[in-house]
Amino acid sequence: MTDALTKLMNERDWLMADGATGTTLFNMGLVSGDAPELWNVDKPDNIRALYRGPVDAGSDIFLTNTFGGNASRLKLHDAQDRVGELNRVGAELAREVADASGRTVIVAGSVGPTGDIMEPMGSLTFDSAVEMFHEQAEGLKEGGADVLWVETISAPEEYKAAARAAELAGMPWCGTMSFDTAGRTMMGVTSADLAKMVESLPNPPLAFGANCGVGAADLLRTVLGFAAQGSERPIIAKGNAGIPQYVDGHIHYDGTPELMADYAVLARDCGAKIIGGCCGTTPEHLRSMREALEARPASGTRPTLDQISEAIGGFSSASDGTGDDAGQPARRTRRRRG
Amino acid sequence: MSDQEEDIILSELNDEELVQQMHDDLYDGLAEEIEEGVNILLERGWQPYNVLTDALVGGMTIVGVDFRDGILFVPEVLLAANAMKTGMAILKPLLAETGAPRMGKMVIGTVKGDIHDIGKNLVSMMMEGAGFEVVDIGINNAVEAYLEALEKEEPDILGMSALLTTTMPYMKVVIDTLVEKGIRDDYTVLVGGAPLNEEFGKAIGADGYCRDAAVAVETAKDFMSRKHNQIAAG
Repeated sequence: MTDALTKLMNERDWLMADGATGTTLFNMGLVSGDAPELWNVDKPDNIRALYRGPVDAGSDIFLTNTFGGNASRLKLHDAQDRVGELNRVGAELAREVADASGRTVIVAGSVGPTGDIMEPMGSLTFDSAVEMFHEQAEGLKEGGADVLWVETISAPEEYKAAARAAELAGMPWCGTMSFDTAGRTMMGVTSADLAKMVESLPNPPLAFGANCGVGAADLLRTVLGFAAQGSERPIIAKGNAGIPQYVDGHIHYDGTPELMADYAVLARDCGAKIIGGCCGTTPEHLRSMREALEARPASGTRPTLDQISEAIGGFSSASDGTGDDAGQPARRTRRRRG
Repeated sequence: MSDQEEDIILSELNDEELVQQMHDDLYDGLAEEIEEGVNILLERGWQPYNVLTDALVGGMTIVGVDFRDGILFVPEVLLAANAMKTGMAILKPLLAETGAPRMGKMVIGTVKGDIHDIGKNLVSMMMEGAGFEVVDIGINNAVEAYLEALEKEEPDILGMSALLTTTMPYMKVVIDTLVEKGIRDDYTVLVGGAPLNEEFGKAIGADGYCRDAAVAVETAKDFMSRKHNQIAAG
Protein backbone atom coordinates (compact mmCIF):
# COMPACT_ATOMS: atom_id res chain seq x y z
CA MET A 1 0.00 0.00 0.00
CA THR A 2 1.34 3.41 -0.92
CA ASP A 3 1.56 5.78 2.02
CA ALA A 4 -0.54 8.95 2.07
CA LEU A 5 2.34 11.36 1.59
CA THR A 6 3.77 9.51 -1.42
CA LYS A 7 0.31 9.43 -2.95
CA LEU A 8 -0.15 13.15 -2.48
CA MET A 9 3.33 13.88 -3.84
CA ASN A 10 2.50 11.84 -6.93
CA GLU A 11 -0.61 13.91 -7.53
CA ARG A 12 0.89 17.33 -7.02
CA ASP A 13 3.87 19.40 -8.20
CA TRP A 14 4.36 21.00 -4.80
CA LEU A 15 2.96 20.68 -1.30
CA MET A 16 2.76 23.24 1.44
CA ALA A 17 3.84 22.28 4.95
CA ASP A 18 3.13 24.26 8.12
CA GLY A 19 4.86 27.03 10.05
CA ALA A 20 5.84 27.67 13.65
CA THR A 21 4.67 25.62 16.60
CA GLY A 22 6.50 27.23 19.50
CA THR A 23 5.66 30.79 18.48
CA THR A 24 1.95 29.90 18.40
CA LEU A 25 1.93 28.04 21.71
CA PHE A 26 3.73 30.84 23.52
CA ASN A 27 1.10 33.24 22.24
CA MET A 28 -1.48 30.95 23.87
CA GLY A 29 0.27 31.26 27.20
CA LEU A 30 2.77 28.43 27.26
CA VAL A 31 5.49 29.43 29.68
CA SER A 32 9.10 29.27 28.53
CA GLY A 33 10.76 26.18 29.85
CA ASP A 34 7.58 24.14 30.12
CA ALA A 35 7.29 21.14 27.83
CA PRO A 36 4.84 21.94 25.00
CA GLU A 37 4.15 18.20 24.69
CA LEU A 38 2.40 18.16 28.08
CA TRP A 39 -0.32 20.34 26.58
CA ASN A 40 -1.36 17.47 24.31
CA VAL A 41 -2.95 15.98 27.43
CA ASP A 42 -3.44 19.03 29.65
CA LYS A 43 -4.77 21.55 27.10
CA PRO A 44 -5.99 19.60 24.09
CA ASP A 45 -8.18 22.46 22.85
CA ASN A 46 -5.14 24.68 22.53
CA ILE A 47 -3.38 21.99 20.54
CA ARG A 48 -6.41 21.55 18.27
CA ALA A 49 -6.36 25.33 17.70
CA LEU A 50 -2.62 25.15 16.96
CA TYR A 51 -3.24 22.43 14.35
CA ARG A 52 -6.18 24.24 12.75
CA GLY A 53 -3.98 27.27 12.04
CA PRO A 54 -2.01 25.72 9.17
CA VAL A 55 -4.89 23.49 8.04
CA ASP A 56 -7.18 26.51 7.64
CA ALA A 57 -4.38 28.44 5.94
CA GLY A 58 -4.03 25.77 3.26
CA SER A 59 -1.18 23.56 4.45
CA ASP A 60 -1.12 20.07 2.94
CA ILE A 61 1.10 18.77 5.72
CA PHE A 62 1.31 19.79 9.36
CA LEU A 63 3.50 18.63 12.21
CA THR A 64 2.37 17.23 15.54
CA ASN A 65 3.22 18.95 18.81
CA THR A 66 5.80 16.30 19.70
CA PHE A 67 9.13 17.90 18.73
CA GLY A 68 10.63 17.37 22.19
CA GLY A 69 8.73 14.14 22.79
CA ASN A 70 11.72 11.83 23.25
CA ALA A 71 12.78 10.40 26.59
CA SER A 72 15.92 12.52 26.81
CA ARG A 73 14.09 15.82 26.37
CA LEU A 74 11.06 14.85 28.46
CA LYS A 75 13.37 13.79 31.27
CA LEU A 76 14.08 17.48 31.86
CA HIS A 77 10.42 17.77 32.85
CA ASP A 78 10.40 14.45 34.67
CA ALA A 79 8.04 13.11 32.00
CA GLN A 80 10.36 10.50 30.49
CA ASP A 81 7.82 7.78 31.32
CA ARG A 82 5.14 9.47 29.24
CA VAL A 83 6.77 9.27 25.80
CA GLY A 84 4.22 6.85 24.36
CA GLU A 85 1.20 8.67 25.76
CA LEU A 86 2.24 12.23 24.84
CA ASN A 87 3.14 11.27 21.28
CA ARG A 88 0.05 9.16 20.75
CA VAL A 89 -2.29 11.90 21.98
CA GLY A 90 -0.40 14.55 19.99
CA ALA A 91 -0.97 12.48 16.84
CA GLU A 92 -4.59 11.62 17.69
CA LEU A 93 -5.54 15.29 18.01
CA ALA A 94 -3.80 15.98 14.71
CA ARG A 95 -5.60 13.10 13.00
CA GLU A 96 -8.90 14.48 14.23
CA VAL A 97 -8.18 17.96 12.82
CA ALA A 98 -6.82 16.57 9.54
CA ASP A 99 -9.79 14.27 8.99
CA ALA A 100 -12.27 17.07 9.68
CA SER A 101 -10.71 19.30 7.02
CA GLY A 102 -12.57 17.75 4.10
CA ARG A 103 -9.40 17.32 2.02
CA THR A 104 -6.25 15.26 2.21
CA VAL A 105 -4.03 16.69 4.90
CA ILE A 106 -0.96 14.76 6.01
CA VAL A 107 -0.29 14.33 9.72
CA ALA A 108 3.48 14.41 10.16
CA GLY A 109 4.72 13.13 13.50
CA SER A 110 7.38 15.60 14.59
CA VAL A 111 10.58 14.08 15.95
CA GLY A 112 13.21 16.56 17.15
CA PRO A 113 16.77 15.95 18.31
CA THR A 114 17.57 14.29 21.62
CA GLY A 115 19.63 17.31 22.66
CA ASP A 116 22.51 15.00 23.57
CA ILE A 117 25.82 14.81 21.79
CA MET A 118 26.68 11.48 20.26
CA GLU A 119 29.77 9.38 20.77
CA PRO A 120 32.71 9.78 20.69
CA MET A 121 32.38 13.50 21.55
CA GLY A 122 29.39 13.04 23.80
CA SER A 123 27.69 10.31 25.75
CA LEU A 124 24.80 9.29 23.49
CA THR A 125 25.29 5.94 21.76
CA PHE A 126 23.76 5.12 18.40
CA ASP A 127 21.72 2.30 19.91
CA SER A 128 20.22 4.41 22.67
CA ALA A 129 19.34 7.13 20.14
CA VAL A 130 17.57 4.50 18.01
CA GLU A 131 15.75 3.24 21.08
CA MET A 132 14.52 6.71 22.05
CA PHE A 133 13.38 7.59 18.54
CA HIS A 134 11.72 4.21 18.15
CA GLU A 135 9.75 4.62 21.37
CA GLN A 136 8.53 8.00 20.13
CA ALA A 137 7.75 6.65 16.66
CA GLU A 138 5.54 3.89 18.03
CA GLY A 139 3.48 6.47 19.95
CA LEU A 140 3.06 8.63 16.86
CA LYS A 141 2.12 5.61 14.77
CA GLU A 142 -0.47 4.48 17.29
CA GLY A 143 -1.97 7.98 17.32
CA GLY A 144 -2.43 7.87 13.55
CA ALA A 145 0.45 9.90 12.11
CA ASP A 146 0.88 9.34 8.35
CA VAL A 147 4.61 9.87 8.37
CA LEU A 148 7.44 10.55 10.82
CA TRP A 149 8.94 14.00 10.42
CA VAL A 150 12.47 14.16 11.80
CA GLU A 151 13.66 17.77 12.02
CA THR A 152 16.30 20.22 13.26
CA ILE A 153 18.95 17.49 13.36
CA SER A 154 22.61 18.53 13.25
CA ALA A 155 24.60 15.28 13.65
CA PRO A 156 24.73 12.71 10.84
CA GLU A 157 24.65 9.80 13.29
CA GLU A 158 21.48 11.12 14.90
CA TYR A 159 19.84 11.38 11.46
CA LYS A 160 20.83 7.78 10.77
CA ALA A 161 19.48 6.68 14.15
CA ALA A 162 16.12 8.24 13.29
CA ALA A 163 16.14 6.41 9.95
CA ARG A 164 16.70 3.13 11.74
CA ALA A 165 13.92 3.91 14.26
CA ALA A 166 11.48 4.60 11.41
CA GLU A 167 12.42 1.26 9.92
CA LEU A 168 11.81 -0.52 13.23
CA ALA A 169 8.43 1.18 13.57
CA GLY A 170 7.53 0.40 9.97
CA MET A 171 6.78 4.07 9.28
CA PRO A 172 7.59 6.16 6.20
CA TRP A 173 9.66 9.18 7.19
CA CYS A 174 11.02 12.54 6.13
CA GLY A 175 14.09 14.15 7.65
CA THR A 176 15.47 17.68 7.69
CA MET A 177 18.60 19.12 9.23
CA SER A 178 19.19 22.64 10.50
CA PHE A 179 21.98 24.48 8.69
CA ASP A 180 22.75 27.33 11.05
CA THR A 181 26.56 27.59 11.21
CA ALA A 182 28.17 29.22 8.17
CA GLY A 183 25.76 27.31 5.94
CA ARG A 184 26.43 23.99 7.67
CA THR A 185 24.84 22.23 10.60
CA MET A 186 26.33 22.80 14.03
CA MET A 187 28.21 19.54 13.52
CA GLY A 188 29.67 20.70 10.20
CA VAL A 189 27.38 18.86 7.75
CA THR A 190 26.98 20.64 4.38
CA SER A 191 23.93 20.49 2.13
CA ALA A 192 25.93 18.28 -0.25
CA ASP A 193 26.88 15.97 2.64
CA LEU A 194 23.23 15.44 3.59
CA ALA A 195 22.11 14.85 0.00
CA LYS A 196 24.79 12.18 -0.36
CA MET A 197 24.19 10.61 3.05
CA VAL A 198 20.46 10.27 2.40
CA GLU A 199 21.11 8.11 -0.67
CA SER A 200 23.44 5.86 1.31
CA LEU A 201 20.85 4.98 3.96
CA PRO A 202 19.36 1.48 4.01
CA ASN A 203 16.00 3.10 4.76
CA PRO A 204 16.05 6.45 2.94
CA PRO A 205 13.41 9.11 3.69
CA LEU A 206 10.52 9.95 1.35
CA ALA A 207 11.87 13.48 1.28
CA PHE A 208 14.78 15.31 2.88
CA GLY A 209 15.76 18.89 3.36
CA ALA A 210 16.38 21.81 5.68
CA ASN A 211 14.43 23.55 8.41
CA CYS A 212 14.99 26.47 10.79
CA GLY A 213 18.61 27.68 10.61
CA VAL A 214 19.28 31.37 10.13
CA GLY A 215 17.04 33.25 7.69
CA ALA A 216 14.97 32.40 4.64
CA ALA A 217 17.82 33.33 2.27
CA ASP A 218 20.32 30.94 3.87
CA LEU A 219 17.77 28.17 3.71
CA LEU A 220 17.31 28.64 -0.03
CA ARG A 221 21.05 28.51 -0.59
CA THR A 222 20.98 25.15 1.22
CA VAL A 223 18.15 23.94 -1.03
CA LEU A 224 20.21 24.91 -4.09
CA GLY A 225 23.03 22.85 -2.58
CA PHE A 226 20.77 19.79 -2.33
CA ALA A 227 19.52 20.24 -5.88
CA ALA A 228 23.07 20.56 -7.19
CA GLN A 229 23.69 16.98 -6.08
CA GLY A 230 21.16 15.90 -8.69
CA SER A 231 18.98 13.92 -6.30
CA GLU A 232 15.56 12.87 -7.59
CA ARG A 233 14.35 12.61 -4.01
CA PRO A 234 11.84 15.34 -3.08
CA ILE A 235 13.38 18.27 -1.19
CA ILE A 236 11.84 19.99 1.83
CA ALA A 237 12.29 23.71 2.58
CA LYS A 238 11.06 24.96 5.95
CA GLY A 239 12.70 28.29 6.67
CA ASN A 240 12.22 30.83 9.44
CA ALA A 241 10.19 33.96 8.80
CA GLY A 242 13.25 36.17 8.67
CA ILE A 243 15.51 36.93 11.61
CA PRO A 244 14.34 37.51 15.18
CA GLN A 245 14.42 41.12 16.31
CA TYR A 246 14.04 42.52 19.80
CA VAL A 247 11.36 45.20 19.84
CA ASP A 248 9.99 46.73 23.06
CA GLY A 249 10.69 43.70 25.18
CA HIS A 250 9.28 41.25 22.66
CA ILE A 251 10.79 39.09 19.99
CA HIS A 252 9.50 39.67 16.54
CA TYR A 253 10.53 37.94 13.32
CA ASP A 254 11.18 40.48 10.60
CA GLY A 255 9.85 38.33 7.74
CA THR A 256 6.56 39.72 6.44
CA PRO A 257 3.88 37.58 4.77
CA GLU A 258 4.98 39.18 1.47
CA LEU A 259 8.58 38.14 2.03
CA MET A 260 7.54 34.59 2.89
CA ALA A 261 5.42 34.49 -0.27
CA ASP A 262 8.52 35.37 -2.30
CA TYR A 263 10.51 32.82 -0.32
CA ALA A 264 7.95 30.08 -1.06
CA VAL A 265 8.00 30.70 -4.81
CA LEU A 266 11.79 30.92 -4.83
CA ALA A 267 12.02 27.70 -2.80
CA ARG A 268 10.02 25.93 -5.48
CA ASP A 269 12.26 27.39 -8.19
CA CYS A 270 15.31 26.22 -6.21
CA GLY A 271 14.00 22.68 -6.45
CA ALA A 272 11.95 22.17 -3.27
CA LYS A 273 8.78 20.12 -3.53
CA ILE A 274 7.55 20.52 0.05
CA ILE A 275 7.58 24.13 1.17
CA GLY A 276 6.74 25.49 4.59
CA GLY A 277 7.97 27.80 7.31
CA CYS A 278 9.53 27.38 10.71
CA CYS A 279 10.00 29.81 13.63
CA GLY A 280 7.93 32.99 13.32
CA THR A 281 5.78 31.63 10.47
CA THR A 282 2.13 32.29 11.37
CA PRO A 283 -1.04 31.17 9.56
CA GLU A 284 -1.09 34.63 8.01
CA HIS A 285 2.32 33.96 6.47
CA LEU A 286 1.15 30.53 5.31
CA ARG A 287 -1.95 31.97 3.59
CA SER A 288 0.17 34.37 1.65
CA MET A 289 2.63 31.59 0.74
CA ARG A 290 -0.19 29.37 -0.49
CA GLU A 291 -1.66 32.18 -2.60
CA ALA A 292 1.72 32.90 -4.15
CA LEU A 293 2.45 29.24 -4.92
CA GLU A 294 -0.92 28.94 -6.65
CA ALA A 295 -0.93 32.28 -8.44
CA ARG A 296 2.66 32.52 -9.64
CA PRO A 297 3.91 29.98 -12.14
CA ALA A 298 7.07 28.01 -11.49
CA SER A 299 9.87 29.73 -13.41
CA GLY A 300 11.59 26.54 -14.56
CA THR A 301 15.03 27.98 -13.88
CA ARG A 302 16.89 27.99 -10.60
CA PRO A 303 17.41 31.44 -9.12
CA THR A 304 20.99 32.63 -8.61
CA LEU A 305 22.28 33.55 -5.16
CA ASP A 306 22.13 37.19 -6.24
CA GLN A 307 18.49 36.90 -7.19
CA ILE A 308 17.73 35.29 -3.82
CA SER A 309 19.50 37.95 -1.77
CA GLU A 310 17.92 40.69 -3.85
CA ALA A 311 14.43 39.28 -3.22
CA ILE A 312 14.57 38.21 0.40
CA GLY A 313 17.83 39.41 1.93
CA GLY A 314 21.49 38.50 2.26
CA PHE A 315 23.28 35.44 3.56
CA SER A 316 24.80 34.96 7.00
CA SER A 317 28.14 33.74 5.62
CA ALA A 318 30.07 34.12 2.38
CA SER A 319 30.32 30.39 1.73
CA ASP A 320 28.35 27.33 2.75
CA GLY A 321 31.13 24.85 2.12
CA THR A 322 29.78 23.49 -1.17
CA GLY A 323 30.22 24.00 -4.90
CA ASP A 324 33.05 26.15 -6.16
CA ASP A 325 33.83 27.15 -2.61
CA ALA A 326 34.31 23.58 -1.51
CA GLY A 327 38.04 24.24 -1.55
CA GLN A 328 37.39 26.42 1.52
CA PRO A 329 40.18 27.30 3.86
CA ALA A 330 41.44 23.86 4.72
CA ARG A 331 42.24 22.50 8.11
CA ARG A 332 45.78 23.20 9.11
CA THR A 333 48.24 20.79 7.69
CA ARG A 334 50.20 19.24 10.44
CA ARG A 335 52.62 16.60 11.37
CA ARG A 336 51.11 13.31 12.27
CA ARG A 337 52.30 10.77 14.65
CA GLY A 338 52.56 7.47 12.87
CA MET B 1 54.54 16.04 2.88
CA SER B 2 54.76 12.29 2.91
CA ASP B 3 52.11 10.03 4.37
CA GLN B 4 54.73 7.64 5.58
CA GLU B 5 56.24 9.81 8.24
CA GLU B 6 58.22 8.33 11.01
CA ASP B 7 56.49 8.08 14.35
CA ILE B 8 57.17 11.20 16.33
CA ILE B 9 58.61 10.41 19.74
CA LEU B 10 57.48 13.33 21.90
CA SER B 11 60.31 12.98 24.39
CA GLU B 12 62.90 13.32 21.62
CA LEU B 13 61.60 16.72 20.51
CA ASN B 14 63.18 19.88 21.84
CA ASP B 15 60.95 22.26 23.80
CA GLU B 16 59.97 24.37 20.85
CA GLU B 17 59.14 21.40 18.64
CA LEU B 18 57.23 19.72 21.41
CA VAL B 19 55.05 22.77 22.01
CA GLN B 20 54.33 22.93 18.26
CA GLN B 21 53.50 19.25 18.26
CA MET B 22 51.17 19.72 21.23
CA HIS B 23 49.35 22.46 19.33
CA ASP B 24 48.86 19.98 16.49
CA ASP B 25 47.77 17.23 18.87
CA LEU B 26 45.24 19.51 20.54
CA TYR B 27 43.94 20.42 17.10
CA ASP B 28 43.48 16.72 16.44
CA GLY B 29 41.95 16.10 19.85
CA LEU B 30 44.59 13.57 20.91
CA ALA B 31 44.16 13.38 24.69
CA GLU B 32 46.87 10.81 25.43
CA GLU B 33 49.50 12.75 23.53
CA ILE B 34 48.56 15.93 25.39
CA GLU B 35 48.86 14.17 28.71
CA GLU B 36 52.27 12.87 27.71
CA GLY B 37 53.40 16.26 26.42
CA VAL B 38 52.36 18.07 29.61
CA ASN B 39 54.24 15.56 31.74
CA ILE B 40 57.39 15.87 29.62
CA LEU B 41 57.41 19.66 29.88
CA LEU B 42 56.90 19.47 33.64
CA GLU B 43 59.74 16.95 33.93
CA ARG B 44 61.94 19.35 32.02
CA GLY B 45 61.33 21.87 34.75
CA TRP B 46 58.72 24.04 33.05
CA GLN B 47 56.51 26.16 35.28
CA PRO B 48 52.93 24.82 35.24
CA TYR B 49 51.71 28.26 34.22
CA ASN B 50 53.97 28.27 31.17
CA VAL B 51 52.82 24.80 30.16
CA LEU B 52 49.26 26.06 30.38
CA THR B 53 49.74 29.24 28.39
CA ASP B 54 52.32 28.20 25.79
CA ALA B 55 51.30 24.64 25.06
CA LEU B 56 47.60 24.36 25.90
CA VAL B 57 46.11 27.85 25.61
CA GLY B 58 48.27 28.51 22.58
CA GLY B 59 46.90 25.39 20.90
CA MET B 60 43.31 26.07 21.83
CA THR B 61 43.61 29.58 20.40
CA ILE B 62 44.29 28.05 16.99
CA VAL B 63 41.29 25.74 17.43
CA GLY B 64 39.16 28.75 18.41
CA VAL B 65 40.21 30.78 15.39
CA ASP B 66 39.44 27.95 12.98
CA PHE B 67 36.09 27.37 14.70
CA ARG B 68 35.25 31.04 14.33
CA ASP B 69 36.23 30.94 10.67
CA GLY B 70 34.05 27.93 9.89
CA ILE B 71 36.94 25.53 9.32
CA LEU B 72 36.40 23.43 12.42
CA PHE B 73 32.97 22.55 13.78
CA VAL B 74 31.52 21.43 17.08
CA PRO B 75 32.73 17.81 16.97
CA GLU B 76 36.37 18.79 16.46
CA VAL B 77 36.14 21.48 19.12
CA LEU B 78 34.69 19.02 21.62
CA LEU B 79 37.52 16.58 20.97
CA ALA B 80 40.12 19.33 21.31
CA ALA B 81 38.53 20.57 24.54
CA ASN B 82 38.54 17.05 25.86
CA ALA B 83 42.25 16.73 25.16
CA MET B 84 42.80 20.11 26.80
CA LYS B 85 40.94 18.89 29.87
CA THR B 86 43.27 15.92 30.20
CA GLY B 87 46.20 18.30 30.34
CA MET B 88 44.40 20.66 32.73
CA ALA B 89 43.71 17.81 35.14
CA ILE B 90 47.46 17.50 35.65
CA LEU B 91 48.11 21.23 35.81
CA LYS B 92 45.23 22.38 37.99
CA PRO B 93 46.60 21.29 41.39
CA LEU B 94 50.08 22.50 40.43
CA LEU B 95 48.78 25.89 39.37
CA ALA B 96 47.01 26.30 42.69
CA GLU B 97 50.22 25.35 44.58
CA THR B 98 52.40 27.74 42.64
CA GLY B 99 49.97 30.64 42.92
CA ALA B 100 50.06 31.22 39.17
CA PRO B 101 48.37 34.35 37.81
CA ARG B 102 44.69 33.95 36.94
CA MET B 103 43.24 34.74 33.55
CA GLY B 104 39.90 35.52 35.11
CA LYS B 105 36.80 33.83 36.40
CA MET B 106 33.39 33.40 34.81
CA VAL B 107 30.00 32.31 36.07
CA ILE B 108 27.89 30.99 33.22
CA GLY B 109 24.37 29.64 32.92
CA THR B 110 21.38 29.28 30.60
CA VAL B 111 18.51 31.59 31.58
CA LYS B 112 15.21 30.70 33.19
CA GLY B 113 12.81 28.80 30.99
CA ASP B 114 15.57 27.54 28.74
CA ILE B 115 16.91 24.02 28.98
CA HIS B 116 19.46 24.14 26.18
CA ASP B 117 23.06 23.63 27.07
CA ILE B 118 25.23 22.62 24.12
CA GLY B 119 26.26 26.19 23.27
CA LYS B 120 26.84 27.08 26.88
CA ASN B 121 28.96 23.99 27.44
CA LEU B 122 31.01 24.84 24.40
CA VAL B 123 31.66 28.33 25.75
CA SER B 124 32.65 26.84 29.12
CA MET B 125 35.11 24.49 27.48
CA MET B 126 36.65 27.13 25.25
CA MET B 127 36.94 29.53 28.19
CA GLU B 128 38.65 26.85 30.23
CA GLY B 129 40.78 26.18 27.20
CA ALA B 130 41.83 29.80 27.30
CA GLY B 131 42.82 29.44 30.95
CA PHE B 132 39.76 30.97 32.58
CA GLU B 133 38.20 29.49 35.66
CA VAL B 134 34.58 28.68 34.83
CA VAL B 135 31.70 28.01 37.19
CA ASP B 136 28.81 26.51 35.22
CA ILE B 137 25.48 26.88 37.02
CA GLY B 138 23.58 24.85 34.43
CA ILE B 139 20.24 25.45 32.74
CA ASN B 140 16.97 27.17 33.65
CA ASN B 141 18.46 29.77 36.01
CA ALA B 142 16.24 32.34 37.69
CA VAL B 143 17.74 35.70 38.59
CA GLU B 144 18.17 34.51 42.18
CA ALA B 145 20.43 31.68 41.02
CA TYR B 146 22.64 34.12 39.14
CA LEU B 147 22.82 36.47 42.14
CA GLU B 148 23.72 33.65 44.48
CA ALA B 149 26.48 32.41 42.20
CA LEU B 150 27.86 35.92 41.70
CA GLU B 151 28.01 36.48 45.43
CA LYS B 152 29.59 33.14 46.17
CA GLU B 153 32.06 32.94 43.29
CA GLU B 154 32.98 36.62 42.86
CA PRO B 155 33.70 36.20 39.14
CA ASP B 156 34.95 38.83 36.73
CA ILE B 157 32.49 37.83 34.07
CA LEU B 158 28.87 36.78 33.97
CA GLY B 159 27.87 34.76 30.92
CA MET B 160 24.25 34.14 29.98
CA SER B 161 22.97 31.84 27.26
CA ALA B 162 19.56 31.36 25.61
CA LEU B 163 18.52 29.37 22.58
CA LEU B 164 14.90 30.48 22.42
CA THR B 165 13.43 33.77 21.31
CA THR B 166 11.00 33.40 24.20
CA THR B 167 13.72 33.11 26.83
CA MET B 168 16.29 35.62 25.61
CA PRO B 169 14.38 38.62 27.04
CA TYR B 170 15.03 37.15 30.51
CA MET B 171 18.64 38.26 30.17
CA LYS B 172 17.39 41.79 30.55
CA VAL B 173 15.60 40.84 33.76
CA VAL B 174 18.91 39.65 35.19
CA ILE B 175 20.82 42.72 34.05
CA ASP B 176 18.11 45.07 35.34
CA THR B 177 18.28 43.35 38.71
CA LEU B 178 22.05 43.83 38.83
CA VAL B 179 21.55 47.51 38.08
CA GLU B 180 18.89 47.80 40.80
CA LYS B 181 21.22 46.25 43.33
CA GLY B 182 24.01 48.57 42.29
CA ILE B 183 26.34 45.72 41.32
CA ARG B 184 26.04 45.84 37.54
CA ASP B 185 29.46 47.42 37.08
CA ASP B 186 31.16 44.79 39.22
CA TYR B 187 30.93 42.33 36.33
CA THR B 188 31.45 42.11 32.62
CA VAL B 189 28.22 40.69 31.26
CA LEU B 190 28.51 38.63 28.08
CA VAL B 191 25.50 37.08 26.33
CA GLY B 192 25.14 34.55 23.56
CA GLY B 193 22.80 32.10 21.86
CA ALA B 194 21.55 31.32 18.38
CA PRO B 195 18.70 33.86 18.11
CA LEU B 196 20.66 36.76 19.65
CA ASN B 197 22.50 39.50 17.84
CA GLU B 198 24.61 42.57 18.49
CA GLU B 199 21.63 44.91 18.67
CA PHE B 200 19.90 42.71 21.20
CA GLY B 201 22.99 42.67 23.39
CA LYS B 202 23.12 46.46 23.32
CA ALA B 203 19.36 46.81 23.86
CA ILE B 204 19.41 44.82 27.08
CA GLY B 205 22.56 46.48 28.45
CA ALA B 206 25.08 43.65 28.14
CA ASP B 207 28.77 44.46 27.71
CA GLY B 208 29.10 42.15 24.79
CA TYR B 209 27.27 39.79 22.48
CA CYS B 210 29.30 36.74 21.51
CA ARG B 211 28.38 35.07 18.24
CA ASP B 212 30.09 31.82 19.15
CA ALA B 213 32.38 30.25 21.71
CA ALA B 214 35.54 31.51 20.03
CA VAL B 215 34.23 35.07 20.00
CA ALA B 216 33.27 34.66 23.65
CA VAL B 217 36.88 33.88 24.51
CA GLU B 218 38.23 36.82 22.49
CA THR B 219 35.70 39.16 24.05
CA ALA B 220 36.43 37.91 27.56
CA LYS B 221 40.18 38.34 27.07
CA ASP B 222 39.62 41.80 25.71
CA PHE B 223 37.57 42.86 28.72
CA MET B 224 40.06 41.31 31.15
CA SER B 225 42.97 43.20 29.64
CA ARG B 226 41.00 46.44 29.78
CA LYS B 227 40.26 45.72 33.42
CA HIS B 228 43.93 45.10 34.15
CA ASN B 229 44.89 48.29 32.34
CA GLN B 230 42.39 50.23 34.41
CA ILE B 231 43.81 48.78 37.60
CA ALA B 232 47.32 49.58 36.43
CA ALA B 233 46.31 53.12 35.49
CA GLY B 234 44.30 53.62 38.67
